[in-house]
Amino acid sequence: MLHFERWKIIAIAVVCLAGIIFAMPNLFSKQTVDGWPSWMPHRQLPLGLDLRGGAHLLLSMDTVELEKDWLLTLRGDVRKQLRDARIGFTGLGITGNSVQVRIAKPEQTERAYAELKKMVQPLGNPILGTSGEDIEVIQIGPDALSVRPTSQGMQQRLTSAASASVETVRRRVDSLGTTEPTIVRQGENRILVQVPGFDDTRTLKDVIGQTAKLTFHAVHPRSTAEEARQTRVPLGYKIYPSDESEGGREFLLEERPVVSGEDLVDAQPGFDQRTNEPIITFRFNQSGARKFGRFTKDNVGVPFAIVLDNKVLSAPVIREPILGGSGQISGSFTVESANNLAIQLRSGALPTKLTIVEERTVGPSLGADSIEAGEFAVTVGTIAVAGFMIFAYGLFGLFAVIAVLINLTLIIAAMTLMGSTLTLPGIAGLVLTVGMAVDANVLIYERIREELRGGKTPISAVEAGFTKAFVTILDSNLTTLIAAIVMFWLGSGPIRGFAVTLSLGIFGTIFTAFTVTRLLVSLWIAAQKTRKIPAPI
Amino acid sequence: MFKGVDFFPHGTKIPVMEWRRFCVGISLIAAMLAIALLSTRGLNFGIDFKGGSLFEIQTKSGNVDIADLRSRLGGLGLGEVQIQGLDDPRDALIRVEQQEGGEDAQQAAASKVQNALGEEIEIRRVEVVGPAVSGELQQAGIIAVAVAILGILLYIWFRFEWQFGVAAILALVHDIVITMGLFSLLGFSFGLSEVAALLTLAGYSINDSVVVFDRIRENLRRYKKMPLVELLNLSINEMLSRTVITSTTTFLAVLALYVFGTEVIRGFSFAMLFGILIGTWSSVFIASPFLLWVGIKRDWSGAVAKGTATGRA
Repeated sequence: MLHFERWKIIAIAVVCLAGIIFAMPNLFSKQTVDGWPSWMPHRQLPLGLDLRGGAHLLLSMDTVELEKDWLLTLRGDVRKQLRDARIGFTGLGITGNSVQVRIAKPEQTERAYAELKKMVQPLGNPILGTSGEDIEVIQIGPDALSVRPTSQGMQQRLTSAASASVETVRRRVDSLGTTEPTIVRQGENRILVQVPGFDDTRTLKDVIGQTAKLTFHAVHPRSTAEEARQTRVPLGYKIYPSDESEGGREFLLEERPVVSGEDLVDAQPGFDQRTNEPIITFRFNQSGARKFGRFTKDNVGVPFAIVLDNKVLSAPVIREPILGGSGQISGSFTVESANNLAIQLRSGALPTKLTIVEERTVGPSLGADSIEAGEFAVTVGTIAVAGFMIFAYGLFGLFAVIAVLINLTLIIAAMTLMGSTLTLPGIAGLVLTVGMAVDANVLIYERIREELRGGKTPISAVEAGFTKAFVTILDSNLTTLIAAIVMFWLGSGPIRGFAVTLSLGIFGTIFTAFTVTRLLVSLWIAAQKTRKIPAPI
Repeated sequence: MFKGVDFFPHGTKIPVMEWRRFCVGISLIAAMLAIALLSTRGLNFGIDFKGGSLFEIQTKSGNVDIADLRSRLGGLGLGEVQIQGLDDPRDALIRVEQQEGGEDAQQAAASKVQNALGEEIEIRRVEVVGPAVSGELQQAGIIAVAVAILGILLYIWFRFEWQFGVAAILALVHDIVITMGLFSLLGFSFGLSEVAALLTLAGYSINDSVVVFDRIRENLRRYKKMPLVELLNLSINEMLSRTVITSTTTFLAVLALYVFGTEVIRGFSFAMLFGILIGTWSSVFIASPFLLWVGIKRDWSGAVAKGTATGRA
């Protein structure tokens, strides 16, 4: 047990050295490390948001709205499909989670079924094979048909909405000019946004959260909103509230927009040359410009409405056809709100509303305090434990302390290589590891003392100490590892960081106790000049 | 050469097993008190589990005027608002309970607080947890503790005998219940990091018990005829120095964390500090009596030897 072959000694030395080399960049500032020659390791442990400061937002997509939107589209598709096939129908509507339609002539039901079946799209990858269809058409009566999204179809919708949302959110966050934001889908309908070093969550939330759906609508030529409220809203029209700038008036607008935000290619904040008020200038793509041009040409002298997020921003009268495809919006903007709105318009609309379900923000000053406190706690903890170990075991205690320091180095090196982030609970895990790692050595040393008391010679006592304590050390550490794995699996961000350092600490403990400490002890024995070695502890 | 101070007396013959009724009695009373506290007062769940918002603030100059904060925030109509001063007189912690009206209502409340705090106060940390996430975290916390206990039980069952597993788990549940009871008694906030502390404590407490169990198993092979009570006593006494020394080193390390750590890990390190004490107590005084009562299979081929029967011999 105490004899080491040469290659083993070399292997242990290599592992420890590699640990020191890869952990080393963490002792220096980023600038210093950047100046090192390229053959030296540059990687540093990324700090978690709780240490470097930053914002963490968990957003939730509105799946109900998503399904409703889809059903509305489906209803339109069914209408168009049946009309194109010249099949008469009555009672087209949404019932629960399906679109139902009644065919006017029951004998046409079969043909209608075949027509609607054409709307079904296969899902999945055409090369790897399909995984079902997006919608299903069911005959629910002699003259009634139902079109319903399948659950796989809904899944796929959710996935594509999620990736679209992630992209949109990324564009919006990028517009703030922050570094390395993390934006990923989490679980079924969540999006995780982490912006390191940025703690102005208000601006962040404003930029992410607003739907910023810009549309241009025709105003009803004769009726006003008040009249419509008293009698009835004409088919295809809808009453829209207005922004404060229009005095809270209501407008009766055509529900289908003339042009919508998807046709927008650019939006920039600016100032009105005459009034010097903040405005937003925008530009349409070709099809948007054509549609807008045609509409303005046909409606000179008539008001039209600029609608943002279903609220009328302004309803100017068209003075002349706008053919170039660009224009400007004025409202009661401040410089800041015009700027934010322009960002939102540029980055496109979100497929569904995003709700903030969790927010955790740490200011950079608190993060810096936490790092300082953590470093101090690690240092004090290590010194206290080291002092105690040397007091209790002398030179062998010092061996244990060296093993613990190498253990810490290896944990940091492994985390650096894995690219896992160091969080405040992660630092707590390091401190705890210092306390618990010496346990392996305590077990070995106490066993050695026991064997010595039992009358064994020092060498065989040391030998027996290492051999017999091994199983115990393994057992006791593996139970902690179970708890750590559970934490990793349960954990959200910071707790995960704790689980990582704790688990790495356990591997490090087992490794160092049986290589580093053992090697040091065997070297000590080899260095004894006399044949009769004194009891070491 | 300096051999270290072998300060812990060896060959102690503390009749731990003879005291088992008394010790287990004390623990049982403590556990029952804890359960009573947990079921009446309950835990002061943090926003991780209850939803709501939390702000850690620091004044830009002068000390925090808590009374002024209370009157300013109390008028916002946000229900219960707790304000707690921290070690540094410039710092304070504000907790706002979960608002009626779903996810958006939490955000609205948080921004009201931010507005009310004004310019002279720096907000150093904000946490807002809505009802959906807090529900999930609650569930995840319960599942995590259950899975960890089960996993440890299975491991010990696999490595030892099921009796050891049951005894170790009973001791572990004892540690967890009493620690939670203390949190309830002191009204400390209980959140996700405290659950992490409980899980770590679970690992640590089992670690201690396993070390004693290992020695029991070894002694069972060595002293085939020794009465069980005597054998358990011997094993505990033999491991006492290790138990005390390891607990001391771990306690020292966590103490550094508790004293020098920031507010964020205060609850965590407090739970760990107490957990180390109770875990040490249970591995010495509780786990082995449980083992005796559950009964140990002394011989792989023989029948289960009931501790109370052979133990009196």
